Amino acid sequence: MAYSEKLLDHYENPRNIGSLDKNAEDVGTGLVGAPACGDVMKLQIKVGPDGLIEDAKFKTFGCGSAIASSSLVTEWVKGKTIDEAETIKNTDIAKHLALPPVKIHCSVLAEDAIKAAIADYRAKASKKDEPRKAAE
Amino acid sequence: MNAIAQIRRNDQPIYLDYQATTPMDPRVLEAMMPYFTYKFGNPGSRSHSYGWEAEEGVEKARSQVAKLIGADEKEVIFTSGATESNNLAIKGVAEFYKDRRNHIVTTVTEHKCVLDTCRHLEQQGFDVTYLPVQQNGLVDLEQLRAAVTDKTVLVSIMAVNNEIGVIQPLAEIGKICREKGAFFHTDAAQAAGKIALDVEAMNIDLMSISGHKIYGPKGIGALYVRRKPRVRLVAMIVGGGQERGFRSGTLPTPLCVGLGEAAEICMKEMDGEAVRLTKLRDRMLKGLNAKLPEIYVNGDLDRRIPGNLNISFAHVEGESLMMGIKNLSVSSGSACTSASLEPSYVLRALGVEEEMAHTSLRIGLGRFTTEHEVDTAVAELVHHVTKLRQMSPLWEMSQEGIDIKSIEWAAH
Repeated sequence: MAYSEKLLDHYENPRNIGSLDKNAEDVGTGLVGAPACGDVMKLQIKVGPDGLIEDAKFKTFGCGSAIASSSLVTEWVKGKTIDEAETIKNTDIAKHLALPPVKIHCSVLAEDAIKAAIADYRAKASKKDEPRKAAE
Repeated sequence: MNAIAQIRRNDQPIYLDYQATTPMDPRVLEAMMPYFTYKFGNPGSRSHSYGWEAEEGVEKARSQVAKLIGADEKEVIFTSGATESNNLAIKGVAEFYKDRRNHIVTTVTEHKCVLDTCRHLEQQGFDVTYLPVQQNGLVDLEQLRAAVTDKTVLVSIMAVNNEIGVIQPLAEIGKICREKGAFFHTDAAQAAGKIALDVEAMNIDLMSISGHKIYGPKGIGALYVRRKPRVRLVAMIVGGGQERGFRSGTLPTPLCVGLGEAAEICMKEMDGEAVRLTKLRDRMLKGLNAKLPEIYVNGDLDRRIPGNLNISFAHVEGESLMMGIKNLSVSSGSACTSASLEPSYVLRALGVEEEMAHTSLRIGLGRFTTEHEVDTAVAELVHHVTKLRQMSPLWEMSQEGIDIKSIEWAAH
């Protein structure tokens, strides 16, 4: 199977590997996939006071396409608002990396990971707002 | 042996996939050459010297193959490879004896060509029992004994598994089959030339052999068919009646000669080669164990051919690892299934968890593997496994003491 240069570059030199403090209020964590299926992605976003994603980190257990897909989306979400980040589509990821058809599920998983991280961030943010709302 | 230099090109990755196929030994090619060129006769031509010399080449090869397995040369027929041999043995016996016996026993870890042949026969109305294997990959003899009935015509159990290299207890299986009056067929594609095989001592009635797994050419194999007591087969390919009518078609003389030569070299060098390969394999395993925690060998390590390792590198997905170790040619399972994303059915049959099966590599060592190659392979594997673990969320969790089984994963 021949992979695209972009995919190989992300696999060889993955961007933004690592972890953020999952308990921090400004960090959203998405953990998607399943070990039994051979893919697990952990994607984390850190949202600044201005509402922009200022940092993103990932760790992935999966094939080279899964690693490249998650590496790519960490680059893409940085500097975006969470609403903008939410519009990233798996088809964009698949197209950018020229994923072969059997690897499309990797891009789907990467999209799911962004959505899960955003959902986690939002859940934390609304919890933080609750006591304030109650006081008002 | 300057042959080694001819086998390896400097710019090529290190070949560690000897269970998929083997490079042809230059000595084999040398034996074949005349039969590609001036000794081109049809071995079936009885009326002139071209035919006679081709026939001589074929018959010498037949006897070389027979010697390797302790058979008589009249009991060896040439086929296109082990897949055809397996098809012919299983379908041929089932078809011939179907009025008396219609039950076949095999195991779940057989090669696909045996499993698919059995499935095919099931559709034709035969009963097939697929025996499980134990955690070490070996068949449970008591389960086998219980499964064989007076309706069982054939027991087909591979000699050596292609993914995990474990050696089945052939003599014990043969004994049970003989007691119960069932024929014993073994797919010995991975065993012939690597371990001592004796069709008499092991009560083997049919045995499949492949040329390209023993440093011979691709496109040739053999089937041993016992004459006393006689095993009868219905042929799949009919025509000119070659190979005692079991397999019609003009014999490919150069390929037959190549298989014969390959068999003879294996027989001569088997003992020394086993010692050398065991040393290399131990060196590899020791090297990996020294640097990498949480790696597991799949299948019995002692009852195994010397040239095979199948290792799970916990928390590192196999395909991504193979992408990293570009300088090493290994596989994540059998070559036939390496295009699929499913984890190996052989490892699953051993009870290896699906998540662990996804982290497995098959490493095959062989005649042209050197100590230097083993050391290079260890260094590459250590480097990439460590790197990939750094980016594995599962490794991170396991280091934090989180049991990944305690997490509710969303299957997709």
